[in-house]
Amino acid sequence: MTIVSNTPDLSDADTPDANTPAVGGSAVDVAAAKVRTAAKKRPGALAESGSPLVRPPAAAHLSDEQVAELGRELDAIKDDILAKRGSSDAAYIRRMIKIQRGLEISGRAALLVSKNKTAWVAGTSLLSLAKILENMELGHNILHGQWDWMRDPDIHSTTWEWDFVTPARSWQHTHNDLHHRWTNVIGKDNDVGYNLLRMDPQQKWTPFNLGNPVYNALLAPVFEWGIAIYDLELQDFKEGRKSKEALVRDLKALGRKALKQFTKDYAATPAVAMLTGSGKQALYGTLTANAVRNVWAHAVIFCGHFPEGTDTFTEEMVEGETRGDWYVRQMIGSANISGSKFMHLMTGNLSHQIEHHLFPDLPSNRYGEVAPKVQEICRRYGLPYTTGPLLKQVGSTWAKIFKLALPPKKA
Amino acid sequence: MIRLRKLARAASLLTTPLAPEDILSLFNPVFSARQLRGVVTRVVPETADSATIFFHPGRGWQAHLAGQWARIGVELDGVRHWRSYSLSAPAGQDPAITVTDMGAVSGALVRGTKPGDILFLAPPQGDFVLPEHPRPLLMLTAGSGITPVMSMIRTLVPHRPDSDVVLIHTARTAADAIFREELAELADQFPNFRVTHWFTGDRGRLDFTSAADLDRLCPDWRQRAAYACGPEDFLNDTEALWEAEAEDAAPAAAVRPGTLTIERFTTSLAAGAGHDGGLVTFEASDREVEADGDTPLLDVGEDAGVLMPSGCRMGICHSCLIPLRAGHVRDLRTGEVHGEPGQLIQTCVSAAAGPVNLDL
Repeated sequence: MTIVSNTPDLSDADTPDANTPAVGGSAVDVAAAKVRTAAKKRPGALAESGSPLVRPPAAAHLSDEQVAELGRELDAIKDDILAKRGSSDAAYIRRMIKIQRGLEISGRAALLVSKNKTAWVAGTSLLSLAKILENMELGHNILHGQWDWMRDPDIHSTTWEWDFVTPARSWQHTHNDLHHRWTNVIGKDNDVGYNLLRMDPQQKWTPFNLGNPVYNALLAPVFEWGIAIYDLELQDFKEGRKSKEALVRDLKALGRKALKQFTKDYAATPAVAMLTGSGKQALYGTLTANAVRNVWAHAVIFCGHFPEGTDTFTEEMVEGETRGDWYVRQMIGSANISGSKFMHLMTGNLSHQIEHHLFPDLPSNRYGEVAPKVQEICRRYGLPYTTGPLLKQVGSTWAKIFKLALPPKKA
Repeated sequence: MIRLRKLARAASLLTTPLAPEDILSLFNPVFSARQLRGVVTRVVPETADSATIFFHPGRGWQAHLAGQWARIGVELDGVRHWRSYSLSAPAGQDPAITVTDMGAVSGALVRGTKPGDILFLAPPQGDFVLPEHPRPLLMLTAGSGITPVMSMIRTLVPHRPDSDVVLIHTARTAADAIFREELAELADQFPNFRVTHWFTGDRGRLDFTSAADLDRLCPDWRQRAAYACGPEDFLNDTEALWEAEAEDAAPAAAVRPGTLTIERFTTSLAAGAGHDGGLVTFEASDREVEADGDTPLLDVGEDAGVLMPSGCRMGICHSCLIPLRAGHVRDLRTGEVHGEPGQLIQTCVSAAAGPVNLDL
């Protein structure tokens, strides 16, 4: 006898109502009550109520109960989006992927005949756009798991690899886990200055920091390499928190990835372009496109947590942090960029940094819709909601970089 | 072929981190570096609530044997759902599935599919297939259980004059009987094929408690290799009859019934009452733990000494994803119970809802 597991739909009823206990009699009431409390409970280390050792100054005026209520309001915003999320969102990300790939192949195609000046300008611009879109709206967000809910292996945080020199898996660890969990906690979140820049007065000044503006200016055009080195967590290795094997493994992964990236942009594309005598021009084109992307990504990312108005935190402020406090920290530690729809897209919706930090795995196309609600909550609870146009935020960031290059004034 | 592969490798130098297929998919959606897809070529309504969907699979599909089934991935509200469907097309032709609307996924397939749509596919499998050597056959089917058998009949009857097939198909009414006209035509045309439709709406269920009904419909049923496909009860009754006959007839081997091959629509692990917890099996680690309905699977695994990938432990970083093999989990944040084989679940915010098998 053959028994084949063929389930032509009997499993359609596969999402039994969690509120319908199967048992009868007196157990029903108990089970139903249990379901109700559990549906509210959020897992993880964060408590529903209570308070951290120290509440950040910007939120010091809030009572424990107010913070808990704020947490519930933000949970409700998230649940609302989760309920709406569906085929239009899926269509959005697929359209973006198509547009990005279209830009990428047309840009590269134009570079193949880039002896012609117009073709060079067109090719370089298209490729720059493609790379920006790929890194920001696609890569960053897909690697956050924002699209995992679709269960499409082609658009999934576990399979995606991006056009950026650092391997996706290394970045996911330092970014999704460390940075998003410890946002702006000095000593925990190394994104505060990336182990290179002094970005907060709490960070100890050394003469090395005099070079702050120079380092930053040099970092911008090679930003992807800065991130790649940062993701190796050399500091952790030096201080014994990362094993040698782990470092070697990461180095190998980076080497393989870098070789592929190099080959594509600086060997294969120019080599094909040589057929039309455009080899050198194509090389300049890909170099420029990578640099443009780097400068742009650097600018956008630095606007996320460094402009005037964003707060940093001490470890005491996260000790005993509740879910509501976690939300508060994400909001007052992040800054948005205001601008047009196109600008939001080009930043990969990181212009909605506050909303992204509150809900890192909600699809990016929904942040714009959430933003007014979050802003309203901040206003009601008397919390800062930092936002401004790109140039202002970039200027503010640079001002901080210059200021913190110098030692703190003696009191 | 080898040259093609070399070409693809050369092209990937230019497309990395994408594969050349990812670029080609801009022009033809069947291309994918990662997953088998098919394009729907034709949709034919069969009854009021069933339809046959013909599709042209992309590279990587292998031709099906008559009677096999395939996993089909469909998108509902942007979310991929996988279900298994028997292939109803004869062997050697482009595959087709015949789907009856029984739930959300099958409903969407029957009502919402149009030519040009993309189906996600897994290669055909299953050993509910025709015997290697020709022998007289008896097919017992109920409802949508006709689909794999239809593939067998279409493969065998028109092409093998030496075949000898009897089909007894039960359905609620004539209007519910899938392929009724085609079966009648085949029976007219080919003397080696006989079909009996049994409508339970008029005559009640086919009675398998004794051999009487079967003796009347197909007197030589004991001499035939039998195939049965249909709902659970139908198959259990059939099986019971064959077993009983075999026992009774043990001394007189001549009247023993022939072999019975069954295609069973087994459901996956039954979900618990949403909040019950259940037995968690870490398949690769070969460990089983009883878990309650409130503890994240991540903690369950760690407590059991399984090397669990982990990250933020609060459901934001997606570092802890593990494929679900079977069973259902409850999202501790929303209370939603969900689970499809192969689905990647966030163990830090998911608890067992009934028995759960994880691929770790």
